Amino acid sequence: MTARLHVSAAGPLVSVQDAGRPGFARFGVTASGPMDRLAFATANVALGNSIGAAAIEVSLGGLKLDCVEGPVSLAVAGGGFIVETDQKFGSWQVLTLTAGQSLTIRRGPWGSWCYLAIAGRLECATWLGSSATLGTSGFGGGKLVAGRELTIHAPRVVTARPLACPVFARPRHRLHVTLGPQDRFFAPETLRDFQKGLFALSTAYDRMGVRLSGPELVPNVALTMPSEPVTRGAVQVAGDGVATLLLADHQTTGGYPKIATVLDCDLDGAAQLRSFDALMFRPVTPAEATARARLHSALTARYLQSVTQA
Amino acid sequence: MSRFPIFRPVAEHGLLVEFGDTITPEAHLAVLHLDAMLVQSPCPGFREATPAYVNLLVQFDPNIANHAETETHLRALIARPPLSEAATAQHEVQVCYDDALAPDLAEVAARCDLSVEAVIAAHLAGDYRVFLYGFAPGYAYLGGGPQALSLPRKDAAVRDVPAGSVIIAGPQCIVTTLSMPTGWWRIGRSPTQILRDDPARPFLFDVGDAVTFRRIRRTEFEAAL
Repeated sequence: MTARLHVSAAGPLVSVQDAGRPGFARFGVTASGPMDRLAFATANVALGNSIGAAAIEVSLGGLKLDCVEGPVSLAVAGGGFIVETDQKFGSWQVLTLTAGQSLTIRRGPWGSWCYLAIAGRLECATWLGSSATLGTSGFGGGKLVAGRELTIHAPRVVTARPLACPVFARPRHRLHVTLGPQDRFFAPETLRDFQKGLFALSTAYDRMGVRLSGPELVPNVALTMPSEPVTRGAVQVAGDGVATLLLADHQTTGGYPKIATVLDCDLDGAAQLRSFDALMFRPVTPAEATARARLHSALTARYLQSVTQA
Repeated sequence: MSRFPIFRPVAEHGLLVEFGDTITPEAHLAVLHLDAMLVQSPCPGFREATPAYVNLLVQFDPNIANHAETETHLRALIARPPLSEAATAQHEVQVCYDDALAPDLAEVAARCDLSVEAVIAAHLAGDYRVFLYGFAPGYAYLGGGPQALSLPRKDAAVRDVPAGSVIIAGPQCIVTTLSMPTGWWRIGRSPTQILRDDPARPFLFDVGDAVTFRRIRRTEFEAAL
């Protein structure tokens, strides 16, 4: 048994993602995976899929699918997108498509990314054991473009239901950071501007990262540091004093100083901000970072358990 | 007493361990040593280690370990005796310097005040090591290129440089793996695959490996593709 979905329209940056391919940074391969990992996991477990099953990441550009062969159940989670079949829904919904029906997902009141999980196994290419699409190379399950047909093996139908959107899935405007690793390259008044200043996301926003507008953060030393490993969440400052927050498809190394690094547990919420949204950074100690991560882990585990399809 | 190593926290899940602030053989050896020790004795919650010129990023699961515990573990590993040099793996990379495959070779020769053949001889004589990967999947930064060919990168990047291009800048050399823009100098093309279709060993080099180039003719290049 298979189900087939025909892509009749897809915005830029709509791609197949699974939980990502960590472990290859030493070979220049970033982990990729969903921009909002909580929403991605929610969509999967709501269908009874494994938590990291291949699903579709939908950008603000939206997506339209026609069901050629069905039925198959789908779950949408992440942001406040508008989801239409014969009925109109918001994100955070389990629904079923039958042959002849269409599904449209388009930008709604909030959020930048939503996830469409499929009850069954999405047929797609893998690279290094993962179907996460790496934007710069196209390796992995690939982008969704108009005309592509998606084949789903062993499709299942589950009961349609709304999903609760937890408060911690909302956009996060105040991001906790540990300072550095190169905070020492900035003057005390620049560090103060970073901690007290108001930033905003620019329109230069893709899966690699987002450039920020806000106080100028010019390093007080020449940029001669050797290239070093960088991580998702790094707030990297180029020579022009403009900060970039690195996201899922970031490069694995770089030679620009990082004034701070956003806690990983704040990054799903950060990814749901939109261009022009306001943003502030709040430094914490390593001990507080650990405590926040553990609390977030416990909250998300409890939430995911509550929405899991038995 | 050196002020290194320095342990810098990176969010809730990482420590950047620095062994220097300028590129020296000693600092890079210390990176390779800790990296190798982590394979033998991973810290609790270990996720991955990413080596670079003078530092190593160690990432861990914050539900299992914290920065202080990880630092204690890493300090003990750093104190262990070094591994023998003999363990270094050697790789040979084929390179064709044919004009059509080396669009910048003549300009490199002119800028370095050398003949084209002298540029090729100097490139082949380099003592290359893999210092780190970066930029894109499989982009291995080979350090140890000859001083005579040390040029700053171009002012503007050239687009759509094909995979397999052998490019140089400063003392560094890369064999590219994807069609990408680059501001480095294109002096040859290699049929040697850095990204391999082998799940057990998907990348030809490990960081720390030694690399030599072997010159091949255009016909050999075509045959090897």
